[in-house]
Amino acid sequence: MTIGALPYVLALVLMLIGLYVIVAKKNIIKIILGIAILEYAVNLFLLLLGYRNGGAAPIRSPEQTDNVVFAAGAVDPVPQALVLTSIVIGVGCLALMVALAIRLHEKFGTFDMTRIRELKG
Amino acid sequence: MTNLLPLFVAIPLAGGFLAPLIGYGSDERRAGAARMLALLVGALLLAGSIAFMGAAARVCWIGDWIGTSSRPVGLSLVCDGLTELLLITVNSIAFIALIYSWSYIERFTGRSLYYCLFLIMLAGLNGVVLAGDLFNIFVFMEVAVIASYALVAFGVERPELEASFKYIVLGSVSSLFVLLGIAVLYNLTGQLNMALIADRLVAVGATPAVWLAAGCFIMGFGLKAAMVPFHAWLPDAHPSAPAPISAMLSGVVIKAVGVYAVCRLMFNVFGMTTPGGAMYANVLITLGVLSMIIGVLLALGQWDFKRLLAYSSISQVGYVFLGVGVGAAVLAGGGPAPVAGLAIFGGLFHLVNHAAFKSLLFLCSGATEYGTGTRDMHNLGGLKHTMPVTAGCCRVAALSIAGVPPFNGFWSKLIIIIAVAQAGYWSLAALAALVSFLTLTTFLKVQRHVIDGDPPAYERQPREAPGAMQLAMVCLTVACVLLGILLPLHQGWLIKPAQRALVSGPGYATAFGPPGMTAQIAQATPRVEEAGP
Repeated sequence: MTIGALPYVLALVLMLIGLYVIVAKKNIIKIILGIAILEYAVNLFLLLLGYRNGGAAPIRSPEQTDNVVFAAGAVDPVPQALVLTSIVIGVGCLALMVALAIRLHEKFGTFDMTRIRELKG
Repeated sequence: MTNLLPLFVAIPLAGGFLAPLIGYGSDERRAGAARMLALLVGALLLAGSIAFMGAAARVCWIGDWIGTSSRPVGLSLVCDGLTELLLITVNSIAFIALIYSWSYIERFTGRSLYYCLFLIMLAGLNGVVLAGDLFNIFVFMEVAVIASYALVAFGVERPELEASFKYIVLGSVSSLFVLLGIAVLYNLTGQLNMALIADRLVAVGATPAVWLAAGCFIMGFGLKAAMVPFHAWLPDAHPSAPAPISAMLSGVVIKAVGVYAVCRLMFNVFGMTTPGGAMYANVLITLGVLSMIIGVLLALGQWDFKRLLAYSSISQVGYVFLGVGVGAAVLAGGGPAPVAGLAIFGGLFHLVNHAAFKSLLFLCSGATEYGTGTRDMHNLGGLKHTMPVTAGCCRVAALSIAGVPPFNGFWSKLIIIIAVAQAGYWSLAALAALVSFLTLTTFLKVQRHVIDGDPPAYERQPREAPGAMQLAMVCLTVACVLLGILLPLHQGWLIKPAQRALVSGPGYATAFGPPGMTAQIAQATPRVEEAGP
């Protein structure tokens, strides 16, 4: 079974949705969600790059002794490691954004970006 | 000594996590200990970066995991001339900002958390400039900028929170573009080590995928460097932070995660100096010139002291990009190497100078706010009578940035303008001179309304900043003067190695790849791990 270009298209669509939400929405919570969607899209793209049809998990069992055969049959583990790191970073960033959103709501009484405008110029 | 390279990241990271543990609670003595610790870490790093200056270029493979020349398994830290220049700039500004924070941060609560964030940011910055691996640049960049998002919001009042939120939204988007660029490059080359990517890219050639990756990087890092189409966050974020953090943000953060990353990738990985790289160079020149002009025009109309400084940062970073961009364009076009070298030299020298005088200006604006309670230039004036030290330092910084001889800003702008003219870009040289004149006008306004003039009716009598703040400002003032006057003495030590690192371009690949790698060997090795459906 081949998966073709469909997942890449999905990643692109997700990316565009994320960017649209960040640019067009006024609500802080929606903007945060947009960033989360964009981040997942990039992570998905990264993960797809390492995918191989019918590839095994990149974990070597004791009976596999030939590195070359193993490397030829397994999916690329590097993007998975990168995505793991990127997810952790993303969660940290997201937590900070939510904390800021809570503080902004305390100070301004609203989540509406158009009404949170004290800085200008 | 190569094995000591990871300490540039490890020491501030450890200090950052120790600071809140030591300073926990409301005990004054414990807070003082955290403050002492931060200062000690800053001093150690500064001493370390000076010790590393001028030695031969080095690579440190963490844990001695090297692997084979075609497939390195370990992570490398690379210390070449450009890295040394950035390390010494970052760590000296950080040390001075820490001295300044000693008194400045007294009026905030949660002071040990401030030092925690400051040191973590410093660890991230040192990591970015040392990393020899593309993904590590991304990770360290995130460490630095996430700490800086929190530091911008440190005052937790309405403007700070708003600025921090804008910063974090744009910062996250730019980071994701960087990640996308890394993903594309990884797919093209199967490598994350920058030396190996550079090597493989020669074989890949100029394809749309390479342009996509380069575009992602220019947009992502350009947003972090506040180049003009991507500059909207900077004038909000930089003034909202506490003054020593503004000094760090404008002085070194935009340079380490922005300018440095763009230069390293474009020169050493994408081969901007090779014949195919003229396109990248033109993009950098265009963005640089746009930043220069638009930044200074926006700065001219500002009345908020710190906001004016923030806009002028955009303009000054434009000069750096103009310098290095013209240098690369000349090299790519096969032009005379001395002219290209001069342009790159001017750009790098301006980077160091801008770190010195813009940090000093932000520290002065902080001292002004500390003494008078306002930073609106309508309500300031006559500070040379009431705050002589701050006013004197501020004047030197204003003259430096305006390009008045013999201060440092004059020399770097002069070098850039001469080199740009010699390279045949007469109109750009004229524009750079015009922007320099507008900068002078902007900072005459600062002098007229802050330092000189009649003192307005202050609510309370302005008082001179405390000793630690004065000391920090005087240190940077001395740096501004010496960097200019002693140029013939320090250039071979400070700037020439960095210039050589950029001029060597793809030579980075052979110099810093895994041991045993030569460009030919690496190109002949076919990619085994062909990925994707």
